[in-house]
Amino acid sequence: MTHRWGMAVDLDRCTGCEACVTACRTENNIRIAGPEQSARGRAIAWIRVERYYEGDFPDVRVKFRPVMCQQCDAAPCEPVCPTYASHHTDEGLNAQVYNRCIGTRYCANACPYNVRFFNFGNPVWDRPLELSLNPDVSVREVGVVEKCTFCVQRINAGKEQAKAENRELKDGEIKPACVQSCPTSALVFGDLNDPESEVSRLSRSSRGTKLLEDLGTLPKVTYLQRQS
Amino acid sequence: MDLATERKINHDLLRPLRQTSVWFFLLVALLGSIILTGAGAWLYQLSNGLVVAGIRWPIFWAFYITNFVFWIGISHAGTLISAILRLVNATWRRPVTRCAEVITVFALMIGAMFPIIHLGRPWLFFWLIPYPSERQIWPNMRSPLAWDFFAISTYLTGSTLFLLLPIIPDFALMRDQMTGWRKKIYGVLALGWQGTTKQWHRLEAAMQIMAIAIVPVAVSVHTIVSFDFSMSPVPMWHSTVFGPYFVAGAIFSGIAGLILAMAVLRKILHLEEYLHPLHFQNLGKLLLLMSLLWGYFTFVERLTTWYGNNSAEMAVFWETQTGAYAPLFWTMVFCNFIIPFPLLAIRKLRTITGTVIASSTIVVGMWIERFLIVVPSLARKNLPYTWASYRPQPVEILITIATFAAMTLLYTLFAKAVPIISIWELKVGMHAPPLLTPEEQEQQRELWRTRP
Repeated sequence: MTHRWGMAVDLDRCTGCEACVTACRTENNIRIAGPEQSARGRAIAWIRVERYYEGDFPDVRVKFRPVMCQQCDAAPCEPVCPTYASHHTDEGLNAQVYNRCIGTRYCANACPYNVRFFNFGNPVWDRPLELSLNPDVSVREVGVVEKCTFCVQRINAGKEQAKAENRELKDGEIKPACVQSCPTSALVFGDLNDPESEVSRLSRSSRGTKLLEDLGTLPKVTYLQRQS
Repeated sequence: MDLATERKINHDLLRPLRQTSVWFFLLVALLGSIILTGAGAWLYQLSNGLVVAGIRWPIFWAFYITNFVFWIGISHAGTLISAILRLVNATWRRPVTRCAEVITVFALMIGAMFPIIHLGRPWLFFWLIPYPSERQIWPNMRSPLAWDFFAISTYLTGSTLFLLLPIIPDFALMRDQMTGWRKKIYGVLALGWQGTTKQWHRLEAAMQIMAIAIVPVAVSVHTIVSFDFSMSPVPMWHSTVFGPYFVAGAIFSGIAGLILAMAVLRKILHLEEYLHPLHFQNLGKLLLLMSLLWGYFTFVERLTTWYGNNSAEMAVFWETQTGAYAPLFWTMVFCNFIIPFPLLAIRKLRTITGTVIASSTIVVGMWIERFLIVVPSLARKNLPYTWASYRPQPVEILITIATFAAMTLLYTLFAKAVPIISIWELKVGMHAPPLLTPEEQEQQRELWRTRP
């Protein structure tokens, strides 16, 4: 049976520590923009923690919401790409083929979650940061769009490992960097085609909602709303 | 019409081709240097990446796409207006058609450059073209950008043919009137035109077919340009009104561009005897109609959004109505409606000066309109955390200015090489053909066919 990768985010557990953001950056060779370019909107973060404030000072409540690619089943980013750089994989991921991307940035405009990022220039890593580059992930050049892959390199490695050991993949065996680094286990990753997996169980929760659900994008990320 | 009048027409309209003043070279040098500056800016952008432009996350489209939509809009001046005027047999059109058709071809060429200029990797633009590659990759036909490619290339081919067909008899005239290398070049371009009855009939038939074919093409082109926006679930982009709104705006800005070009030509090439106040008045009436249509579409778009009260759309709505983009929005309303309306509606004011003032504000207003379609929606997408603001950078501004210089330069050079008013059509008009019903026309054609 093919896999259908999905994620559940428990907003009750998220503390907004941004460990996921840092882990993702290291795992996926995300470029460093620097303060000046970041202020000009050139920073890239495949996952970000959105902060929303409720109430007036001093009774302020902060709400955190980690937002990454929702890996939509009806993704607005896919049909608009004129070169098929942005396309749907068999396992339901919204893949971005960097080699095929010519940088129209149409996908990034069409994405209602703004989780697609453009390489405005060529990436640079100040010494010795280049030593931290992950050899399993390609570095993106100037002019292409990039986005969260659900750490597809880890998914593929996990599948190969299971195949080599002649066994089925276990639930929770594959963990994207953000999931692995989350100290409160707010992020859960797994196979939505397996009804017994934890992510399937959480996705069926009565607290479960999808982000901007009324747009009809059918996201594969489920947010469990705060109870407190 | 006597021979003297024909001679005078030949003389007046071929004069710009024969005589060149120093001002021409100065103008070409000035425009050329502006274009070179723009080209330099593009080279700078090519070597550094779009980091030098003002676009940012999540406002990924801005000035370049504004220019794209604007210039494709201006291109509707020509072919569409001239085709419609031909089809309804408006005799006053004769001195106007070629001025208009040239705008179409050049504005399309300029507009079509922007999807390439704005690319992250412009050197790979040819991946939009469906060509047989050994990797067997094909453009994604579901993408409105792929539709754009086909729409614009069809329109460019069609409008180029539409421009060139009625020049053939004029090329032949120039072949017969000129000497030396000019005679040779025009001789080749005249494609062996001898002015035989058969040739005239073929030309007439071809023009008729092109005039009919180009109208739906023109309408579809700007509809498809609007699809670039309305096919995405972006607040205030995803709208059914965009197709007709874009086409109306395109014809609107196109006529304004045409009036400006005609006024300049009239002054500089001394065409007062050919481009009469009547032409400006008639085009002014068309412009008035389009201004009203534009105002109507804008009102309809805004009212339905406001009444629908969708929270994401309202963020964009208020941003343009009262927020950071409000000064631009109200300038646009002034430029496209409040200033042109009295100038074009009151007969006394619908003079050459009046229509030129109205057209100038409309060109500015329509550029702002395109900008306000592209940017505010991206600046206020669904998640408030991602809201941002856009500020154009020097490269974007220089390239934008360079396109206006490029339009002027191409137009100037064309007017130097080809009479900007169709000589033969003007002469035909002076013969004042009788007004015939279709049945009578058919009888006449029958006569031609049976004649030995």
